[in-house]
Amino acid sequence: MKLVPMRRMGTRCNVIMEQPLFQHNKPGRCVTFAEYRDEGGFAALQKALKELSPKQVEQAVSDSGLRGRGGAGFPTGRKWSFVPRDLPGPRWLICNCDEMEPGTYKDRVLLEANPYSLLEGIVLASYAIGVRHAFIFIRRGYETATANLQRGITECLAAGLLGENILGSGFSCTIDVHSSAGRYICGEETALMNALEGKRANPRAKPPFPAVKGLWGGPTVVNNAESLANVPGIISKGPAWFKALARTPEAAGMKLFCISGHVVNRSCFELPLGMELGEIIEGPCGGMRPGSRFKACLPGGASTPYFSAEHWQVPMDFDPVAKAGSRLGTGGIVIFDQDTCLVAATLNLVRFYARESCGWCTPCREGLPYVVHVLETIEAGKGSREHIAILQDHIKLLNYAFCALAPGAMGPVQGLLNNFMDELEEHIDKQRCPFKARE
Amino acid sequence: MIDNELKITLEQRVAAAVTPREAAVEVMKELQHHYGWLTDEALHEAANLLGLSPLQVEELATFYEMIYRRPVGRRVVHVCDSISCWAMGGETLLEQLAGRLGIGVGETTSDGMFTLLPCCCLGNCGQSPTMLVGDNLYGGLTLEKALDILQREREGIETK
Repeated sequence: MKLVPMRRMGTRCNVIMEQPLFQHNKPGRCVTFAEYRDEGGFAALQKALKELSPKQVEQAVSDSGLRGRGGAGFPTGRKWSFVPRDLPGPRWLICNCDEMEPGTYKDRVLLEANPYSLLEGIVLASYAIGVRHAFIFIRRGYETATANLQRGITECLAAGLLGENILGSGFSCTIDVHSSAGRYICGEETALMNALEGKRANPRAKPPFPAVKGLWGGPTVVNNAESLANVPGIISKGPAWFKALARTPEAAGMKLFCISGHVVNRSCFELPLGMELGEIIEGPCGGMRPGSRFKACLPGGASTPYFSAEHWQVPMDFDPVAKAGSRLGTGGIVIFDQDTCLVAATLNLVRFYARESCGWCTPCREGLPYVVHVLETIEAGKGSREHIAILQDHIKLLNYAFCALAPGAMGPVQGLLNNFMDELEEHIDKQRCPFKARE
Repeated sequence: MIDNELKITLEQRVAAAVTPREAAVEVMKELQHHYGWLTDEALHEAANLLGLSPLQVEELATFYEMIYRRPVGRRVVHVCDSISCWAMGGETLLEQLAGRLGIGVGETTSDGMFTLLPCCCLGNCGQSPTMLVGDNLYGGLTLEKALDILQREREGIETK
């Protein structure tokens, strides 16, 4: 395991840090199959197929405390445990790599450097759940990552790590890559299943939940790419090792944080869960860019309520971030400086969701454009106090939407109202955007 | 009309799928690659290959951001307009690029080379602003850098 001294990344932490996902990365290129194998890759798969029962693999993942890295943070092992093992017909595993949440690019960085941890993780998960056919659903635009995965699958097949009778264990599994054509809603797990089936990707009603009735009506697990790529480490080094990687006792494992906005180092870092927000910004991010002061951030992608300077010391882990009024989401932190108008930023975010709405249900299809209209009015200096009340109402009303897209879209609006009401009121009182020069 | 070779490849892809329509997006993308955009003819060919009605294929084609049901240039230039790029000047870049290409957003240059479109987050937020030209992702853009890239893309097509 490659050890990275943390002191190189900042002044506040001097511990040695392990990076289970980035340990095989080579500068400027993708790791090769031989390199990954020679550095201990596929050891977890060998161990599991030789020594562990499927139930033991599932138990290890449960014990590790691994929570889904795609946004919802649901415990991965528990999700696997919901799959009925006694129903006739095939079960399915889908790796969700439809990474289209604005501010999120961790799966691309991961897969451009190393597709093998994910492939190994998929075979391990398939073994645990009893899946013989897994899919990787990958977004349009990730062409390098897609090519890496396809090459990796060919190599694994040739090496007997995939396909029929893997490593002589009697377990067989194939992986197909489904390359999508660009639509944010496909990342919603039930919409994703429709997309994979070649149907229009509107979300499905839940229940029935995918674990019972998912892809082609069969029991289905949908896991994020980063979650699955963490499974080999958990199996080879043990759940206790994984859990202890985190900064706080409540958290488990490392997390890929992908940084964008007004800081010096805008990059994707593998960091312990539970690191404080300020520690991440001052450490790996290298602080704010010259001339910039921290004003706000989206802590976990476009659908998460803003954090302000008062959240500097919040540990970046699922529960503490939720307790502070936002969500860890995907770990995509978008950082804004003092010159950013958060009404305009929120307008950009809600416009995105209004455009990406699949149009299936009325609250989302009609509600989001109306919220856009209200924000446009305020940003244009024509707003009134009533508009604030309309925004507040819509935070409640859009919870009646069919899926999580519309409530997610209202996350930043909620953050704006909670933490930056003065800025909103200034737009209304002055009848102009205070960040724009007077005309 | 597609040639026999492509037809056989696509038929094999459909046959290998769990159900024929599982291959729908791949078939549409291959046909789009062949024609440059998903023409009416392509739509009917896709429907025949997949065992769907043309309307069912249309319903899928119009759902996806990067399936084009209208003629586009040799390369579609997708400029990200999501939050990370917005924070780094992406909005301005799209406008300026349109100005320098002499077209409006959504239009194609008169030589048929480039179509300019805004798009959903491209997952390159660490190097915003960013754009996708054909299959190639570019980041860290300024107007000048973007124009240089388009010039190189143009030369790449012309020398083929």
